[in-house]
Amino acid sequence: MKTIENEKNHIIPYKTFLFVLAGLIVLTLTSVTLTRISLGTMTVTIALIIAAIKSTFVLRIFMHLKFENKMFSIAFIGVILLLAAVITITLLDYLNR
Amino acid sequence: MSTILVKHRDDLASKTGMWFFLFTELLLFGGLFIVYSVYRYRNATAFHLAAQELSVFIGTINTIILLVSSTTIAMSITAIRKQNKKFAVVLLGLTIILGLAFLVNKYFEWGEHFKEHIYPGSSILALRGHGDVLFYGLYFFMTGLHALHIIIGLIFILVITISILRNRITSDNYVLLENSGLYWHLVDLIWIFLFPLFYLIT
Amino acid sequence: MSTQKDIEEPSYLDYKGKYKGIFSWILSTDHKRIALLYLYSILAFFATGATIGLLMKFELIAPGKTIMTAQTYNAFFTLHGIIMIFAVVIPGLPAVFGNFLLPIMIGAKDVAFPRLNLLSWYFYVMGVSLVLISQFTGQGPPDTGWTFYAPYSFRTTGNMLPAVFGAFVLGFSSILTGLNFLVTIHRMRAPGMTWLKMPLFPWTLYATGWIQLLATPIIGITLLMIIAERTLHIGFFDPALGGDPILYQHLFWTYSHPAVYIMILPAMGAISEIIPTFSHKTLFGYNFMVASSLAIAFVGYFVWGHHMFTSGMSSTALYAFSLLTFLVAIPSAIKVFNWIATMHKGSIDLQTPFYWAMGFIFVFMIGGFSGLILGSLATDIHLHNTHFVLAHFHFIVFGGTGFAFFGAMHYWYPKITGKMYDSRWANIGLFLFLTGFLVLYGTMFYLGYEGMPRRYYDYDEIFHTGNIISTMGSWVLYSGLGIIIINLFASLKSGTKAPSNPWGGKTLEWSIPSPPPVENFKEIPVITKGPYSYK
Repeated sequence: MKTIENEKNHIIPYKTFLFVLAGLIVLTLTSVTLTRISLGTMTVTIALIIAAIKSTFVLRIFMHLKFENKMFSIAFIGVILLLAAVITITLLDYLNR
Repeated sequence: MSTILVKHRDDLASKTGMWFFLFTELLLFGGLFIVYSVYRYRNATAFHLAAQELSVFIGTINTIILLVSSTTIAMSITAIRKQNKKFAVVLLGLTIILGLAFLVNKYFEWGEHFKEHIYPGSSILALRGHGDVLFYGLYFFMTGLHALHIIIGLIFILVITISILRNRITSDNYVLLENSGLYWHLVDLIWIFLFPLFYLIT
Repeated sequence: MSTQKDIEEPSYLDYKGKYKGIFSWILSTDHKRIALLYLYSILAFFATGATIGLLMKFELIAPGKTIMTAQTYNAFFTLHGIIMIFAVVIPGLPAVFGNFLLPIMIGAKDVAFPRLNLLSWYFYVMGVSLVLISQFTGQGPPDTGWTFYAPYSFRTTGNMLPAVFGAFVLGFSSILTGLNFLVTIHRMRAPGMTWLKMPLFPWTLYATGWIQLLATPIIGITLLMIIAERTLHIGFFDPALGGDPILYQHLFWTYSHPAVYIMILPAMGAISEIIPTFSHKTLFGYNFMVASSLAIAFVGYFVWGHHMFTSGMSSTALYAFSLLTFLVAIPSAIKVFNWIATMHKGSIDLQTPFYWAMGFIFVFMIGGFSGLILGSLATDIHLHNTHFVLAHFHFIVFGGTGFAFFGAMHYWYPKITGKMYDSRWANIGLFLFLTGFLVLYGTMFYLGYEGMPRRYYDYDEIFHTGNIISTMGSWVLYSGLGIIIINLFASLKSGTKAPSNPWGGKTLEWSIPSPPPVENFKEIPVITKGPYSYK
């Protein structure tokens, strides 16, 4: 019987998850606090950067990308870049109208 | 027809399939993010003002609820692999309760808006100008679609929990649990972006 | 490659499974039976769409009302478009020939998720049924054209909701098929079949799979927004509420342009199988063919704006889209050059599938070049929304995909049915089909250039002669089509028994009996050579 080949039988300990959770909650509260202070046009940028950091944690630890075949990470990044490219090209129209 | 085929299992194939499906989900919401960015660019001030009416408190609570539920379902994989069936079921039950709590919060949040006559197609909302109409249109559509995903995810997790109780998912056959986890995390991931884009752009 | 001459296992057609009669088909998870389910449903819808097309051409034989009112004509071109695009050419090659041959060509016993595969077919049937229901319920059939352009699509009294939702469900079916193929190719290639030993048809299905996976959700969400717009009046695309109708066009074409590559890539893949086989020569420039398939899929994602040159986009976007459109011509041209180079100094065996491949290259070239004319900003202003556009995309979609579909049909027919067809009738059918095709659509280039707009049931007297010729072309085309299809069906009964490798092909499907046994391979073959190893 074949088991999952590429996972190298890696069981993530409970502790890791709890640490990550603590980190995620701290990041959430940070971004809420930061947006309360007026940062002008930077507000959204900062909020999105924090969201990106949070998602990296979720992807790498919760969704196991860190331990998975590299193909998954590459494909995921590719999809995000594709979406970014589509948004950019669409905005090419709206920013110059 | 499957009787004649040799029964063999390819866990990596199921997981690959799940990931590819998640890409589809990402692009589905991606289309809405395109719409969001275009209209936010065109109505920056109105979006900014309209966002102030959303309750950051409920939003934050819901974000934390989803993060915790993501943690519990991730931990349940560890539990099942350590052959701790009972703990896995408890963790999944917790995930379901948290998911329901999220929906309850959402219900009250939407209810508040409806009381103030803020809903798609409302003539009172239309009086407030185009920016507000679009902001709330996107808000209801995106959080609504997200809530729909929460419901689908909850059903998925419920089915998985029952399979664990019936010993269909065990410490050496847990790819379905992993897949339901992946789906749930994706729903969380999308919320991680919806939250700042709607609640924190004040 | 082990030859499996001795037939002990029953073929997939004779196999007696759990279910009997029709249930042995509609509940089967065998990829070959599902392929035939798709084939028959697609042929039925194709016949419907083609008949509507024939009627529309008849309407245009004379100015003014000939056989139908303007409103009927509007409903007809809408239904013709939805059926032909979403229910025929998009699933055409992948769902029929991809399903049948992909697992066999990569040395697998089935696709990765057989039950999901069957589910995709059910989604497909559900989607088309919804579209058909929209015709007969509510306040009149949809009349927006298959593009559902906002804001008309949520203002018309036509019965849009089932049609739009039907298209959404068809998209779901397409996504699941693409996903299934991608995982199959990733996980189930025979031992030794490295990525670069995979034949071209699976490669193009791979590129197609990614487009299906990553572009279809965009139209899914767009159609949902149209539904929300109609039912809840959200205002996404309604200028009265601050929405932007051009954004709808952006989103729509972000899918629907890549969708053109969903149609054409597998067609190119099928042609890339046919040409080496009948030239008895290795495919020229295999690596370039693979790379160009992926490049077409990739660049094709970013050219959607060339459908919107006259919509009022910013000029920066216009230049960008025009440039990108010209870029996509490069990988397409690489393919054409490589096909020609494959034939060069080959020992060519002039059989029906090869004629179809020739026809494909010919009409595809005309379609491609006219595409460049439309991709240039200046000429497009003149030609936008005229019959020129109509001619262009029929040359690509019907000429490209259609020719490849029938080419593939004649190429793999012996494998699928276990019978040989009458090649004399097949050639007569092809000759009529090609002649009718060129007369019907070739004339449209001229009509469009002279300024005849599309989607009108009426026209000015000056276009009369051209329209008469074009309509007559449609009769020739239709009769050719009839002969081809009747011949194929008649050969099911009267055809001689097909050997396992009638054409001398080198890919894996020719190493197993015709029709293939249920499990395809007795033993999974071990691959040591590239796919087209002649000499």
